[in-house]
Amino acid sequence: MSQPHNSADPRAFKANAHEALADQALRGSFRSAMDYLTDRRAAQFPDREAFERLRRLGEGIRQHALARLPELLEQLETRLAANGVMVHWAEDAAQANRIFLDIARRHGARRMVKGKSMVSEEIELNHQMALADIACVETDMGEYILQLDGDRPSHIIMPAIHKTKADVSRIFSEHLPHEPYTDDVNELIAIGRRALRDEFRNAKIGVSGVNFMVAQTGSLVLVENEGNGRLATSVPEVHIAITGIEKVIERLEHVPPLFTLLTRSATGQAVTTYLNIISGPRRAGEKDGPKEVHLILLDNGRTQAYREANFRATLQCIRCGACMNHCPVYARVGGLSYGTTYPGPIGAIISPHLMNLASTRDLPTASSLCGACGDVCPVGIPIPNLLMRLREAGRHVTPAPRQQQALKGQGAARSWSEVLAWKAWRAIYSNTRLYRTFAWAASRFRWLAPPRQAGWTQSRSPLRPARRSLREQWSKRAGLRG
Amino acid sequence: MSDANIARRAIFERLRSAMPAKQVAAPDLHEYYAQEFIEPAVARIERFMTRARAWHAQVVETTVAAWPATVHSILDAKGVKRLLAGRNTELSATLATVVPGDRLCWYDEPLDTFKSTLFEDIDAGITTTRGGIVETGSLILWPSSNEPRTLSLVPPLHIAVLQANQLHDTLYAAMLAQRWSDGLPTNALLVTGPSKTADIQRLLVYGAHGPKQLVIVLVRNEERV
Repeated sequence: MSQPHNSADPRAFKANAHEALADQALRGSFRSAMDYLTDRRAAQFPDREAFERLRRLGEGIRQHALARLPELLEQLETRLAANGVMVHWAEDAAQANRIFLDIARRHGARRMVKGKSMVSEEIELNHQMALADIACVETDMGEYILQLDGDRPSHIIMPAIHKTKADVSRIFSEHLPHEPYTDDVNELIAIGRRALRDEFRNAKIGVSGVNFMVAQTGSLVLVENEGNGRLATSVPEVHIAITGIEKVIERLEHVPPLFTLLTRSATGQAVTTYLNIISGPRRAGEKDGPKEVHLILLDNGRTQAYREANFRATLQCIRCGACMNHCPVYARVGGLSYGTTYPGPIGAIISPHLMNLASTRDLPTASSLCGACGDVCPVGIPIPNLLMRLREAGRHVTPAPRQQQALKGQGAARSWSEVLAWKAWRAIYSNTRLYRTFAWAASRFRWLAPPRQAGWTQSRSPLRPARRSLREQWSKRAGLRG
Repeated sequence: MSDANIARRAIFERLRSAMPAKQVAAPDLHEYYAQEFIEPAVARIERFMTRARAWHAQVVETTVAAWPATVHSILDAKGVKRLLAGRNTELSATLATVVPGDRLCWYDEPLDTFKSTLFEDIDAGITTTRGGIVETGSLILWPSSNEPRTLSLVPPLHIAVLQANQLHDTLYAAMLAQRWSDGLPTNALLVTGPSKTADIQRLLVYGAHGPKQLVIVLVRNEERV
């Protein structure tokens, strides 16, 4: 049975990973969940060539938008304002939360219903609103289950993937005691539906994320299956959407290919139940829809990734989660081990910008560089290359030649013993006499090689120099042959 | 300068100070869709139905003359006591004559005063559609002042009337043919099957937060209702 995880701290990654690896039940449930998702995706892309053509389109749309990001954001803002949407800008989580709080106070709201939004997790909206005595109710079934249990999402698309049906039965019977106990999944969902209907009906504010923002028409596009996103953005008097500044695309016609790539890559569906395009609050004469629509555009470190040509591709992401589903490390350690809002390969490349490379220094190393994440990425992000660049940035205080400035936490993974070891290696290997002396001594005194060699021997047998160096063996043979 | 403007200015300054990326041409969507998504002209309606049903939508074929009777039989089969509809649509006049007044309810009031009726007393909502997508078996809905967003969302059963001559091969084709980018409503939707979730142990359950059932009344004559 899964235990609630509250400690969201990427510095604990290694400890968390060890703990998760020892949990056979958790590993089993992640393994089968990932197999399920990878199979479903594969069925949607039976032809590699056809996938490549569609992916080039998606990559092109995202790169085209990022290349013109400032202009598109201005165009988006103008169009949204013309449509009656209020646009807010937030540099960090604290500013975003303050905007939420201001809107809530103005409307005297004590409760908000939330559609699924990873950016709201990123700013810890629920926690921050709770401090001001405002309840945020999660309405995505998976998120609702986690909220009742005080747990966190372990996957960006299937947040409660680490929970079993039995876990959910227990959680509902503990927190919704007036409902009959059941372990029937249809009835469990029916319970969730009943419990949340009144929330939708009564909440003054609905909160949502955004999948794509269209600059041309000033539209917010939401992709979902459950209908909670539609309810949260249609029933309450006020709708607050929050997303990252990178989610803008130029034209409405750019939505269909990205929508197809997103649903097929995420859950292996050709389409989701709803594609919801919102272009403004209730107009005169309309009978429903929010009277106010707000959009909060969050930076929170995204401009750092944008600044660097080496890291900009990180922002192409459409948050499908395919990289997680295909990652051998993620499948074994699970999403909660990462201690970040976004786990898995995408988490490892985006979190250093959102947080800093000091606290997230271990995440870029949580990869075998097998390349599966890059192979399946629907918008062609070269994830393994970005992981390598972050590893390099973690180990070097001086930015790489093509880098404009140091990243937040640049050089945080630098260790003196490692630096010294490499300095010594360079000195020895660039001087013939020193090298030969070293090789002679290393082979003669090989018995001095320590049985424990720091990180190396954690999962490998100790290194020991050969009895004689290759050069010595070679010249001996040559001598024998005369 | 307010805090909000300071944040905006700072973000734009950071973006503009970034290394100018080489401009990337917008990809040619037209060429892509012309080559990749060619739906054969024959049996488009059948393919639409197959795909819609694969998403658990119920599709009932009918004709211009017979659709009121079809709706009637759906209401009976589903045990609908109260049907909600919008006024001044291509359906409303006929609905008013064939569905008895105590069974038919009109979406006349704003949601604010209509909430308790909508959430508690309505068994089904009936809407028009702006067409369907052959590729995915989806419906296009543009809610309006006559047919508000919640009409197709809150009732547990959604009945959607689709004209068979309004099918488009892809969402892309529909957007172009209907010139969406010239003027979108406050809310435009693609609806594919009833609401669903697989959030508990990946087990698929229909009827998450939106309608539990979707019935598509497919009017197959060439003339419109």
